[in-house]
Amino acid sequence: MNDAAVRARGLTRRFGDFTAVDAITFEVAAGEVFGFLGANGAGKTTAIRMLTGLLRPTSGEASVAGHDVRTEPDAIKRSIGYMSQRFSLYEDLTPRENIRLYGGIYGLPRSEIRRRTDHLLERLGLVSAADELVAGLPLGWKQKLAFSVALLHEPDIVFLDEPTGGVDPVTRRQFWEMIYEAAASGTTAFVTTHYMDEAEYCDRLSIMVSGRIAALGTPEELKREHGVDSIEDVFVRLARGGPEDS
Amino acid sequence: MKTDVVVRDLVRTFDDTTALAGVSFEVAAGELFGFIGPDGAGKTTLFRILATLMAPDRGSAEVLGYDVVDDMWALRRRVGYMPGRFSLYPDLSVLENLSFFASVFGTTVARQYDRIAPIYRQIEPFAARRAGALSGGMKQKLALSCALVHEPEILFLDEPTTGVDAVSRREFWDMLQGLRDDGLTIVVSTPYMDEADRCDRVALLDGGRILRIDAPAALGRTYGRPLLAVRGGDRYRLLKALRELPHTASVYPFGASLHYTDARADAAPEALAVELRDALAAAGFADADVRPIEPDIEDVFMALMGAAA
Repeated sequence: MNDAAVRARGLTRRFGDFTAVDAITFEVAAGEVFGFLGANGAGKTTAIRMLTGLLRPTSGEASVAGHDVRTEPDAIKRSIGYMSQRFSLYEDLTPRENIRLYGGIYGLPRSEIRRRTDHLLERLGLVSAADELVAGLPLGWKQKLAFSVALLHEPDIVFLDEPTGGVDPVTRRQFWEMIYEAAASGTTAFVTTHYMDEAEYCDRLSIMVSGRIAALGTPEELKREHGVDSIEDVFVRLARGGPEDS
Repeated sequence: MKTDVVVRDLVRTFDDTTALAGVSFEVAAGELFGFIGPDGAGKTTLFRILATLMAPDRGSAEVLGYDVVDDMWALRRRVGYMPGRFSLYPDLSVLENLSFFASVFGTTVARQYDRIAPIYRQIEPFAARRAGALSGGMKQKLALSCALVHEPEILFLDEPTTGVDAVSRREFWDMLQGLRDDGLTIVVSTPYMDEADRCDRVALLDGGRILRIDAPAALGRTYGRPLLAVRGGDRYRLLKALRELPHTASVYPFGASLHYTDARADAAPEALAVELRDALAAAGFADADVRPIEPDIEDVFMALMGAAA
């Protein structure tokens, strides 16, 4: 076990003669909010699949929560939470059932699941909707519930793949406060987003272009380096250099 | 000035959900008009009604002088519609998709080439590629080409930039402004507030209602309360400290800074900045940077959401 929540060294993945991820090297410290940016097709999804133990690297190495992605993918899956915009909750289950399901998948004892369920529903203000189908809940509630469910087994690191797409501006900000709160209690957050203002909320971020990490640092450092006022401008400068087609 | 869209008190419900709760607006000919709102605001329902794919429960909508229900067939030939979900044939090539849409409307790609060229040329090198194998940005350009291939007089684009990266989004808006400059009327929806500035006028939509319609630059002037940008130190702690102050109306993270709205509508912003700096210094934030700013569309949207709730 070391201090880094994520450590990648020359991590590479090829599909045939196409190199999706090209020898990326970076670290994410424990408790950090880390933004993982890149244009569509830059290699983000492939990198995340390797870091979450779903895809074997072609070469290079990486560890997540102290576990090697090649040799300990199952230990990684137990140490991480994952939430994406597309898949997170079962729509035809209730919030209570979703929590119980995920608690069971992560092997929490029944009494513990019950305890955490009550606590969580109360904290989210979802007690009155606890037994209604998730499908009928407002999107903002779903997002918060999905995030809480991803944290149910108290993972060291949570991967958030475009968690706020299409969400209204108030809910989007409330969601980021939940990320800060989780980070303040030591959970590392690894976030992708297309909202460039959200990139500014990260402690540090990386920008992938054509399979490589083209920029890595705090938002302030990156803006200074490129002599621009916003991360959007940094992003546009870097991403224009790479081919959009992949 | 000619009016291309006239919508009056449009209502549409699905079971217990009210998607549109009485929406009225007009779009002038040649305008680039944006609907800005989050998922669930009613954007897609509205666009389906305007594109004659769904009938409203109540109210009326006229496009190019045709009623969207009674004159549906006459209208269909004249509107271009790009649905939010990618709806082309993934197993057909780029060119096959385009030729198909042209033939449905009794024309050909060759005959329409000049019209679609500004957009189509960017994907033409991939004409033989399966549409399903295109990147997000290229799919979007193909969908726009298909929506343009029958020479529509008005375009309805439902969330064309959702899920698309910041670079492709910028390019897409450049294309839309180009089409507008050529005289095409465009009605477009987006969940991205920062895209409002690219429109001539925008309607802020939430919960099936229009919160406000105005030119992007004019929206900020309706805010009505002093707004200050604050930065310095640990953002999360700073946010909590600002919320504790006695005259706080709201505090939200905005990119690299926090936006603080003061509840005292008539207070002078410069004096407030001094007051806030002192209060923060007392709370342990020695060198917080505080300055009055102009509200942007997201500030306005959030304030209106709060007022409507």
